[in-house]
Amino acid sequence: MLRAYIPIFLFILVGIAFAIVTLIVSRLVHAEKANEVKLEPYECGIEPQTDARDRYSVRYYLVAMLFVIFDVETVFMFPWAVVLDRLALFGLIEMFLFVLILVVGYAYAWKKGALEWA
Amino acid sequence: MPAFITPTVIAHLVLIFAVMNMLVLSSAFMVWMERKVCAYIQDRLGPNRVGFEGLLQPFADVFKLLLKEELVPKAADKLLFLLAPIISVAAALTAFSVVPFGTQITLFGLLDPPLRLEVTDVNVGILVVFAITSMGVYGIVLAGWSSNSKYSLLGGLRSSAQMISYEISYGLALAAVVMLAGSLSLREVVMNQSGYWWHLIPRWYLFLQPLGFLIFFTAGVAETNRAPFDFPEAEQELVAGYHTEYSSMSFGLFFLAEYVNMVTVSAVATSLYLGGWLGPFLPDWLGWIWFLIKTLALLFFYVWMRWTLPRYRYDQLMEFGWKYLLPVAIVNLIVTAALVIWLG
Repeated sequence: MLRAYIPIFLFILVGIAFAIVTLIVSRLVHAEKANEVKLEPYECGIEPQTDARDRYSVRYYLVAMLFVIFDVETVFMFPWAVVLDRLALFGLIEMFLFVLILVVGYAYAWKKGALEWA
Repeated sequence: MPAFITPTVIAHLVLIFAVMNMLVLSSAFMVWMERKVCAYIQDRLGPNRVGFEGLLQPFADVFKLLLKEELVPKAADKLLFLLAPIISVAAALTAFSVVPFGTQITLFGLLDPPLRLEVTDVNVGILVVFAITSMGVYGIVLAGWSSNSKYSLLGGLRSSAQMISYEISYGLALAAVVMLAGSLSLREVVMNQSGYWWHLIPRWYLFLQPLGFLIFFTAGVAETNRAPFDFPEAEQELVAGYHTEYSSMSFGLFFLAEYVNMVTVSAVATSLYLGGWLGPFLPDWLGWIWFLIKTLALLFFYVWMRWTLPRYRYDQLMEFGWKYLLPVAIVNLIVTAALVIWLG
């Protein structure tokens, strides 16, 4: 059973090797004439005054939190979806209740303005 | 020879190498197609000097990139800066490992047992695609953060927020197909779509899940950061977004990853909704031609969309994902579940 996953593992290794080899080949043949000014972070020609890693909008954190909640629910639905025809009506009602709870949370997030961006 | 190098492993490696070449070549073709279609839409000729009708232009571009100077900004986090494109490319390529692109071939009786046209068939194929494509976001976030440039950071942040927002609808649309097929293996999903209704309409899930297909493809476009959802690299606002500081081949790798991702999304959409390699007229072992045609059609759609639709505003994007796409995806899932139970 697990043997079917070996090619995926090999593929990951080959993919990483491909990227590294490409970078090395490029390193061997490309020009190198770096200087102080070239190595500055790009800021449309103006010298950067501060570090780029500044504070940023709290909304990104909100999106991340909402994502964790909803994505776990989504993944939860896959096993249920596979065996739905065997679970029959019981499974359907169970999942309706599950989605209902999810929707209540969603409505709450919407009401609280977590989904507003502007 | 070490013990783990068995003929099976070698056969797998050859197949992986072939699939990887196929992916890289199809992204090169996609680059050419994009420039050509764009040119025709804008009433220009497009690349037409290198090779027949400019077909070798992408290769010329790769050689140019190889020879370009590679800069690592002095304020950057060196290790992560180098790691980011590698993660992006590896994730993009690996996602294709469970996509079947044909039944099986014997090469006119040469191969026994016949070679199945896929790298591997795992019984949770759809989950594997879902998981590995999600890994791609790490490459983009790390690139944005490690560059230590304001444009890169903004691009990386935007991109991650966008990708995770649309991933939910993407997953819910997938779940509806899983329900119809009763399997997570992409090969079985395709096989379940064989046959015709009234000897005319193919039994594609596109006709059972028209809304699901729309949700899947919209979310797929957003996942691959393409127009009209190309915020991570909205050049008018963010220069080049998360890869502003990248040059030479590490930029090339991001570029490759983006195109490979597009090919993968189109290939997965073909398998899930358009019947994969199934089609009339051709014998079974030539099914991959149908697969190619369908995938190309979706890729063409990508390009067509890019040069037709203007980019959204960022708040519109988030609103669309969370307030429209997500509820529609949930309703689609519930209705599908009820119909599957009701109609058996």
